Amino acid sequence: MTLRATTSQTVGPFFGIGLERLNCAELAGPGVAGERVTIEGRVLDADGVGVPDAVIELWQANSHGKYAHPEDPQDKPVDAGFQGYGRIPTDEDGKFRFTTIKPGAVPGPDGKLQAPHIAVSVFMRGLLRRLVTRIYFPDEPGNAEDFALGLVEPGRRGTLVARLAPGLDGVLKWDVIMQGPGETVFFDC
Amino acid sequence: MNYPPGYRRAVPGTQPEYLHPTYVSSRKRAPAQPLIYLPHTLSEITGPVFAPETGNVKACDLTRQHSGEPLGERIIVSGRVLDEDGKPVRKTLVEVWQANAAGRYRHKVDQHQAPLDPNFSGHGYAMTDGEGHYRFITVRPGEYPWGNHHNAWRPAHVHFSLFGPAFATRLVTQMYFPGDPLLPFDPIYNCTADESARQRLISAFDWESTIPGHALGYKFDIILNGRDATPMEK
Repeated sequence: MTLRATTSQTVGPFFGIGLERLNCAELAGPGVAGERVTIEGRVLDADGVGVPDAVIELWQANSHGKYAHPEDPQDKPVDAGFQGYGRIPTDEDGKFRFTTIKPGAVPGPDGKLQAPHIAVSVFMRGLLRRLVTRIYFPDEPGNAEDFALGLVEPGRRGTLVARLAPGLDGVLKWDVIMQGPGETVFFDC
Repeated sequence: MNYPPGYRRAVPGTQPEYLHPTYVSSRKRAPAQPLIYLPHTLSEITGPVFAPETGNVKACDLTRQHSGEPLGERIIVSGRVLDEDGKPVRKTLVEVWQANAAGRYRHKVDQHQAPLDPNFSGHGYAMTDGEGHYRFITVRPGEYPWGNHHNAWRPAHVHFSLFGPAFATRLVTQMYFPGDPLLPFDPIYNCTADESARQRLISAFDWESTIPGHALGYKFDIILNGRDATPMEK
C-alpha cells in the first residue's frame, strides 16, 4: 500500500445544499418488479430527541437479489429503472420515510444466502464519520440464518429489523437510535 | 462462484473516533457500543453507480451558476481521486458544498450575520475523468463563527462527498487551505489522532492549475479505501 485513505469529516449542518440534488425517497418507479414497502422512522440522539440534520443513504438489490453494479457476478435479471439507491434527509423532528421494493436475497460469505436487507449509511452534524447499519424485514424466515445478524448478540438484533406497527397500515417502522437504551447496531464496514 | 475481494479497513488513528468530546455535537450522537466488524459481502463491494452527465459545465463552475459573478477570490480546486494503491478512481461522482466568501451558507439554518451572495449558491458536482481527475472553479470560502465553544470559528473549508466504486468506499470529508491560522483550534479538523492524516486534508497551493490573471489553484487529492488482495470466501 502506498497511500492512506483520506480522513472522514462530518457533513455538518448545511449538507442539504450540496446533497439534495440526489435526494431519493421513491427508490422504485412504477414498472419495477417486486413487493412495495414503505419504511419510516426517526433518527434519535442520546436523549431520545429527533435529529433534524441527519441524512440516511440506502443501497439494495432488486427483487431478484441482483445489484445494479458491474461487479455483481450473479446470473440474475437486472431491472432497468431500478438503481437501488436512496438518500433521505430527516425533517425537523428527525423523521424519514421512503418507499422501495423488498430486495431479494443475495449471497453471503459462507456461500449461503443472506436474508433480504438494505444497507444503510448514516450521516449527521456531530458525526465525524459515516455509520453503517442494515434494515432487515419482519417475519422473514431467512433472518434466523443470516450471517450478519448472527454477528450480533441476540438482544440487539431487533434494532436491525423493521417492524409492523399497529395503525400504520402496513408501513414498516425502523428507528436509528444513536446512543443509549435500544442503541442501533452499527457495523465496522 | 468466486466473488471479487472486499475493501481495506482504515489504518488505526487515520480516521476519527465517533466520540470526540471537544466537538460538542458528537457527545449525544456518537454510539456508545462498539461497532461490529462486518466482513464485506456482495452488499458492500457493490454500490450506487451514477451516469456521467455531459455538457453541464455549470455544475463544476460555481462562479457561473447565476447571471452575475460571485463576490470573493476566484479559485480553482482540483485533484485526483485515487485508491490506496494509487490507481485512479474513474467516472466517480464528487459532490461539493461550501460557504460564500463572507462565510455564509445558502441554507435556512445558517443565520450568521454575514451577507448572502445572490450570485453564489455554493454547491456543485463533477465526475472524475479516465485518470481520476476532477476540477471545480469556485470562490474561496470565508471562515465563520459557530456555537461549539466560546469564540469558536471554523477554518475555511470545502465539503466533499464521494461514492467511489462500492458501498464500502463512501467518503464525506472537508478540504482546508494551507496556512489557515484557525486549524490548530478547530475540534473537527483535530478529531483525527494521526497528524499526517490531518495534514492530508489541507490542500496545496498549486502554480500549475493557477490561471494567470484569473484564479489561484489549490490541489487536493482524495484517497479511497483500496482493495484487499485476496478474493473473498465463496
